[in-house]
Amino acid sequence: MENSKTYKERIKRHTPKTNLKKTLPTAFLTGGALCALGELMAGAVRKMGVERADAYLTVTVTVIFIASLLTALGMFDKLAKYAGAGLSVPVSGFANSVTSSALDTRREGLVLGLGAGVFTVAGPVILYAVLSGTLFGIIYYILKMLGVA
Amino acid sequence: MREPIYLREPIYIKSSAAVGGKREGMTSLKTGFDLIDKTDLFSMPSFERAEGEMARLAVNIALKKCGVSHEELSFIVSGDLQNQCVASSAGLFSFGAGYIGLYGACSTFTEGLIVGSSLLSLGRGLCAVATSSHNCTAERQFRAPLEYGGQRSPSSQWTATASGAVILTRDKCDVMISALMPGKIVDGYTKDKTNMGAAMALSAYDTVRTFFEWESPDEYDLILTGDLGKIGTSLLYELISENMGSRAEKIISLHRDCGNLLYEGMSDMHAGASGCGCSASVFVLDALPRLKSGEIRKMLLMSTGALMSAGSVNQGEHIFGITPLVKIELSR
Repeated sequence: MENSKTYKERIKRHTPKTNLKKTLPTAFLTGGALCALGELMAGAVRKMGVERADAYLTVTVTVIFIASLLTALGMFDKLAKYAGAGLSVPVSGFANSVTSSALDTRREGLVLGLGAGVFTVAGPVILYAVLSGTLFGIIYYILKMLGVA
Repeated sequence: MREPIYLREPIYIKSSAAVGGKREGMTSLKTGFDLIDKTDLFSMPSFERAEGEMARLAVNIALKKCGVSHEELSFIVSGDLQNQCVASSAGLFSFGAGYIGLYGACSTFTEGLIVGSSLLSLGRGLCAVATSSHNCTAERQFRAPLEYGGQRSPSSQWTATASGAVILTRDKCDVMISALMPGKIVDGYTKDKTNMGAAMALSAYDTVRTFFEWESPDEYDLILTGDLGKIGTSLLYELISENMGSRAEKIISLHRDCGNLLYEGMSDMHAGASGCGCSASVFVLDALPRLKSGEIRKMLLMSTGALMSAGSVNQGEHIFGITPLVKIELSR
């Protein structure tokens, strides 16, 4: 009978790879377009007399709202099928992962279903964002004390 | 030693039915389905309930076709893809017949035929074998939330929203089950849950090789495997041609795969179809009519299953493949 090594090689030979020539440019373009749109929105908000930091916060919240709405309408996954990382890396992807988990677990109840399930996909992102934020904060603090940063 | 078990008296397939969802209603097999529900919900409040409801509908329609009432049904052998096989128990409780729930992943239909026909050969009565799978429940359980936006791997297979059912009897009918062979658990040497075909191909090869130590492929008209899909099929062909010598060409020429047949010609289906409703419905819609018409006289049905759970894969365990077999032939 076939051994592990030869069969693993067979699998590798027969399995098609993701077509990076196609997926990378679409992710780059859609992600770039989304960010450009964000910049335009931020500019428009600032023109209304809003502070820089608050203007970007407004954009983030707006993108989260739109991504969640599209998720609830069943359109986000269809867009993401083509855009890939262009939609999943920006905050739109985070919003989608939370909203889609909420939709899936709603029937299991508000507390033990939705409450427990809402961060199943986004949970790791939150955890490691907080951890790495803390870590880099400490490094920055030390460098600042030493007068390097 | 694993060998085919030849039934002393054959078990006959009296009737059959298949139901499917929206996507299945767009396939080339769509006209054969007894019922298509474009909402994928089958009038149920959730996709989870719909999975069991499909099995109920399929058994019900199959019974109606042969004019048998619920009371005459002795027992049902059924399975699905949900945790603890809960779809079948919720869907089939209203029959009031004996019930055996099975889990063999996508191989459950053939497993069910083995259990159903061997039990029936010990006694008498009527047995229904049904399996169902639902794309939306499988996505939730094994992959990501339904509305989650991501790109599917090119090697991934699409779980069919479908169910197939057959009614088995000892009374003579056109099509009969004459031999069976339980599957062997074979290490698929992969942890990649988006490449089920690769995880199952080795077990399919093992079953083919073992069975044809006892019989000649020349007597057969069709070898129908479960859901190997494109990748599993090409792996199977390579293994057969390298190891089975002069019989390889004949075996490959007889081979078809339900995972390739169900969504044949449809775009965006990647490596093909899967799910225990896939081989059940393709057998009912494609192979069975061809047997009845006499186009084929003798066939092997070998649904393939990938044995794993979402948790086992996350823990880095290999996915195991299993391929049970039943020999089905024309009795006239």
